[in-house]
Amino acid sequence: MISPIPVPTTGQIHVPARAARLVVEDLTALYGNRVALAGVSIAFPEQSVTALIGPSGCGKSTFLRCLNRIHEAAGTATVRGRVLLDGQDIYAPEVNPIVIRRRVGMVFQRANPFPTMSILDDVTTGLRYAGRARTRMERVEQAERVLRMAALWDEVKDKLNQPGIALSGGQQQRLCIARALAVNPDILLMDEPTSALDPIATAQIEELITSLADAYTMVCVSHNMQQAARISDFTAFMLAGSDYVGHLVEVGETDKIFTRPQDQRTEDYITGRFG
Amino acid sequence: MVPFDRLEEAHARRSVLSDRSFIAAIYCATIVFVAVVVGLFVMLFAGSWPAIQSFGLKFFWTSSWNPVTSQFGALPMIYGTVVSSAIAILLAGFVGVYAAAYLADFAPRLVARPLSFLIELLAAVPSVVFGLWGLFVLSPVLRDRADPFLEAHFGFVPLFSGPIFGTSLLTAGVILAIMIVPTVCAISRDVIMAVLAEHREGSLALGATRWETMWRVILPGAKSGIFGACVLALGRALGETIATTMVIGNKPAIAASLFQPSYTLASVIANEFTEATTALYQSALIELGLLLFLVSMVVNGFARLLTWTVLRPSRGR
Amino acid sequence: MRLRHLASGAGVVGSGLCAGIAAGILMLILAYVVREGAPAVNWSFLTGVPHPVGVPGGGVANGIVGSAIIVGLATVIALPIGTLTGIYLALYGRGPFADAIRFLADVLSGIPSIAIGLFAYTIFVAPFRHFSGASASVAFAILMLPLIIRTGEEAIGGVPKRVREGALALGISSYAATMHVVVPAARAGLMTGLLLAVARVTGETAPLLFTAFGSQFWELNPTNPMASLALQVFTYAISPYEDWHQQAWAGALLLILAVFILNVLARFALRSRTSR
Repeated sequence: MISPIPVPTTGQIHVPARAARLVVEDLTALYGNRVALAGVSIAFPEQSVTALIGPSGCGKSTFLRCLNRIHEAAGTATVRGRVLLDGQDIYAPEVNPIVIRRRVGMVFQRANPFPTMSILDDVTTGLRYAGRARTRMERVEQAERVLRMAALWDEVKDKLNQPGIALSGGQQQRLCIARALAVNPDILLMDEPTSALDPIATAQIEELITSLADAYTMVCVSHNMQQAARISDFTAFMLAGSDYVGHLVEVGETDKIFTRPQDQRTEDYITGRFG
Repeated sequence: MVPFDRLEEAHARRSVLSDRSFIAAIYCATIVFVAVVVGLFVMLFAGSWPAIQSFGLKFFWTSSWNPVTSQFGALPMIYGTVVSSAIAILLAGFVGVYAAAYLADFAPRLVARPLSFLIELLAAVPSVVFGLWGLFVLSPVLRDRADPFLEAHFGFVPLFSGPIFGTSLLTAGVILAIMIVPTVCAISRDVIMAVLAEHREGSLALGATRWETMWRVILPGAKSGIFGACVLALGRALGETIATTMVIGNKPAIAASLFQPSYTLASVIANEFTEATTALYQSALIELGLLLFLVSMVVNGFARLLTWTVLRPSRGR
Repeated sequence: MRLRHLASGAGVVGSGLCAGIAAGILMLILAYVVREGAPAVNWSFLTGVPHPVGVPGGGVANGIVGSAIIVGLATVIALPIGTLTGIYLALYGRGPFADAIRFLADVLSGIPSIAIGLFAYTIFVAPFRHFSGASASVAFAILMLPLIIRTGEEAIGGVPKRVREGALALGISSYAATMHVVVPAARAGLMTGLLLAVARVTGETAPLLFTAFGSQFWELNPTNPMASLALQVFTYAISPYEDWHQQAWAGALLLILAVFILNVLARFALRSRTSR
């Protein structure tokens, strides 16, 4: 595991700079004229899980949504700054957001299986619309591969033609993870993936995240500090000021953040003094 | 950057193209829609231009409608339209609002649901069926029973005196009332329910009866929405064509009595448009259509503003 | 105190009576239509074309087929425009332009159908000096648009945002995400809107008077004047002939059946969504 090397930038933010596949430089996100977060710089090392924590409204979800350009799907939303994926700015004018979204997968807060699709169709959606997996054989093959990765295969292998929405909440979320994996992304973003799940399903998802960390660069927003501590290698703490603009306060190895935070506000948060 | 599979890169580029054409199609559709509404006005206005030029404002306050001499004054039709719609909204407003209060609050669920369903179905009955029923069932009943009764008891009012015709202003008003009751009732019910949800406990806790609560708290709170419902229904009555044409008697004259035949803007168009031989005659009829268009535009716009503030159908964005 | 409760009771009963009157009138109309119309509905009525005045019998088959063609063509015109505009309002519809469209759709739904018929006449009949079924379809399409647009917006807006974003996040185009994921998920609501719109124009008569015009014969070509069931009911009803009156009642029965079936189907479509 590569440890992040603190690099002081404008605002004493520690940026792990080595072997990072995804680097964010001075990112500002807006909804119309309202600034949701500003001046965020951070790097995400490969083959690791970085947890984003912070009180609600601190902009951590918005930040995550900037990393695969889904932020701009919300009409008036815009972004300033740079997000480098393997060195290339994903917001450069010639870049096709569709390509970016195939390389940076995303799992949402609430499972969102496609209401009218079977499990098989759902899990291979990304492939089918990318012109891959044209035959049913190929699709079943790919579906099996990713459903196994998502530890869901044994539970659904006999009902691939049934609708995804008939599954339990935890199964639905694993289906969505499998669906994201199917397009072979390099990065996997997760937006509080367990917030709507019961403890058993949560444990399954957490286990899955840990096992996927060997192959992917993962960024996981978490509302739950214990969870962040359990699953992540690095932790970033975000906070919104009195102007409701979110900022990155501190980032570092998870152990360090939770035991010896550098910033007083981080300490206040993890010890439960606010939020 | 890890080179993306070339095939996929091409595919992704195609996706961007299809996105662009999709967005273009969406905007085209919206523009076609706006163009239709604007075109409606423009074409009707252009069609009425000859009539506007020859008659000016006189068109609206003279009452001779004579195709033979090319004299066209719309006053009798305006009168017939206004009076038949006024009768309709008086009757339908009364029945519809009370029915709405019953369905929203007093009725047990088991009764409210089928009743609401029936009243909604009433709105779905084609107007030609109302006209048929009005012509063969309602108008004889009014002529032989109700009108003589009204004349006997209220004959001192000019509205209820004079010779009785089956196809008359009153028949048209009653048929229109039946047709717009569902509109008044359905929207008022929704508004009353919205107000009820706000005031659920308040007044009952103060010891008021259910009726007093409805009468003193709920209905006043819902009055702008109910008013909007009535205006909307009025708009429907003003423009209703076929049913009115079948029961109003189609005579371009202003009579004091409701028992006399009359004419409306819409029914004169329906009856005479295909027979309008001269350009001016046709233009005069189109001007009536323009008038209907503009009046219903204003009436509906006003009604929507009134009901929007209460019901917010566009999910409050 | 007792008086107050008595008054309250009277108010409740009175309002119930009003609701009863409204529903009762529907039953009354239905009863008449069935009583007068049912005896005249027979095989030759359903399959024949109108006979000349004085020749007994005859049917409305050409009207039924004509109505179906006119309404079908209107659907073909209105469905894409209405659905796409609904998609616009639901997914992109912010700001004054979108609000203007919402307002126009609401206002258009209240414009008298006869005025819309005049519009169709001026652009599709007058220039060709020829009545046609197609011009009636244009008028009907305009009548259908507001309903399709507003129910479409509601249905598509009712699909959770996360479903669309989930599709976009897989790197599929927003076209595919909308048409292959969101629209299918909204199909129950879209279907309801379409059925209600079809029901609305199926019974519509006024604009036909000077667009489709009517015909005594079999006519399958929409560029020619065409018969329509609703128009036949109107013509027969105001005619002076007794046997035509009976045909009008029978036609009204068919019309009411068609419209009610469409309305019930629309409710059924909606329920299948809510019960999921």
